[in-house]
Amino acid sequence: MKRFVTFLAFVAVLAAIPYTAFAEEKEKPNYNDMVIHHIGNANEFHLWGDTHMPLPCMLYAKDGGGWSVFMSNKFHHGANIVDGYVLDHGVVRRLKFGEGGAPAELMEGEHHLDPVPHGDHHDIDAKEEKHDDHSDHDDHGEEKHDTEHAEEGDHGEAHYVVYETVVDEETKKEKEIGYVYYHGKKYEIENASVLLPGKITSFYDLSLSKNVFSMLISLVLLFFVFTRVAGAYKKRQGQAPKGMQSFFEPIIIFIRDEVAKPAIGPKYEKFMPFILALFFFILFNNLIGLIPFFPGSANVTGNVGATLALALFTFIITQINGTKDYWGHIFWMPGVPLAIKPVLALIEFIGLFTKPFTLLIRLFANITGGHIIILSLVGLIWVMGNYGASTGGTIGGFVIALPFIFAMNFLELFVAFLQAFIFALLSALYIGQAVEEHHHDEHHEAAHAH
Amino acid sequence: MTGTVAAIGAGLAVIGAGIGIGQIGGKAMEAIARQPEAVGDIRTNMIIAAALVEGAALFAIVVALIA
Repeated sequence: MKRFVTFLAFVAVLAAIPYTAFAEEKEKPNYNDMVIHHIGNANEFHLWGDTHMPLPCMLYAKDGGGWSVFMSNKFHHGANIVDGYVLDHGVVRRLKFGEGGAPAELMEGEHHLDPVPHGDHHDIDAKEEKHDDHSDHDDHGEEKHDTEHAEEGDHGEAHYVVYETVVDEETKKEKEIGYVYYHGKKYEIENASVLLPGKITSFYDLSLSKNVFSMLISLVLLFFVFTRVAGAYKKRQGQAPKGMQSFFEPIIIFIRDEVAKPAIGPKYEKFMPFILALFFFILFNNLIGLIPFFPGSANVTGNVGATLALALFTFIITQINGTKDYWGHIFWMPGVPLAIKPVLALIEFIGLFTKPFTLLIRLFANITGGHIIILSLVGLIWVMGNYGASTGGTIGGFVIALPFIFAMNFLELFVAFLQAFIFALLSALYIGQAVEEHHHDEHHEAAHAH
Repeated sequence: MTGTVAAIGAGLAVIGAGIGIGQIGGKAMEAIARQPEAVGDIRTNMIIAAALVEGAALFAIVVALIA
């Protein structure tokens, strides 16, 4: 019984950590944005309270700005413009430069931003400024902003980026545009740098971000663990495994006997390093991502870029190891009527790409989904406690959410293993399809008989 | 408005995947009950099939997220 109580107290402390992590927010926050911010990538690593670990930013502007390399604490958590870049919710974005955008002197060096004035969300100034047809109104607006700016500076917690929802006239779609203030003027900022068609920005963000940092930690861990294990096998040949070696041996043998051998077949040995690397890389990153505080909490395997890279490895290794049989079955499959062959070839060709695509989406969606569910359950405490206004509601929300958070964390622990296993297993299956020979045993047997 | 429609779409996708994975799990249980010695093979194939069904549902969910 005593043990059980200590255990419960331990769980309560663990569950309280994400709670205190949000406590710094004084204004009523939008919890949806917070969840998205927590599962996303960032250019600084949140440690506790107001303390952030700066990370190096490596940014390249395509319109002649060139490279900018600096540490992200130069931004002062969003208060500064550095070389035309601003930090919004930990993510680097760039001022719109050129026609109707920011002047050239803002695009280099450090400048101090004005905090967003109160009640700006429904401000119509932005549209007026954009169309440039109410210049007299503009001037009036600026004065108002300046006075409010001075007022805001006194009681901390200023934020520097404001969003407005604008309806695109061509596509009739709503989109959010961010703005910052500098010397009473409003400047539009671009979206964060992503590699999505139609969303390419004027700059590339090649920074060592939070996710990359977390990935490096997992790489150091992997290197440490596996050099030790490999060394133990060399040193203790023929003996029973010991220590860390005896923990990892069953997992490695499981991957060999249950994944690689049945899926790839007799040539499995060549692909074992790749399958093992995939499995352990995904597993370690999944597990580190489940730790709710530094150095965990980054969502590496729930990042499309990371899973895309992993799936790309599987895709390339599958294709370069493809045998004649494999390609034959894709483009000119035997035993199919001639009229259907082109149709099937097209489907098979598309199938080449959908296989790695489902691979990357599955891992991404599972891990991101798990993180969203846990964060939403933590958010229940917030919503029920009316963002800290009601203590009773907070306690009620805590009591209700705690068992769910607890259960979800265990489910996610299982999912961390399952997804690493599925990624490795399906990669092995795809590789197995490519390297498989003697598809039609009757046919070949007949040939061999001669 | 598009958000609501996307949410309905995600819900429908999850219903489909739920039925699919439920069928796979149920049949796997029956198979294990019938032939307990084949539990290893059945489990592996069950997970593969469930992963493939899930893949189709995840496509729908990603479309719902983007919309």
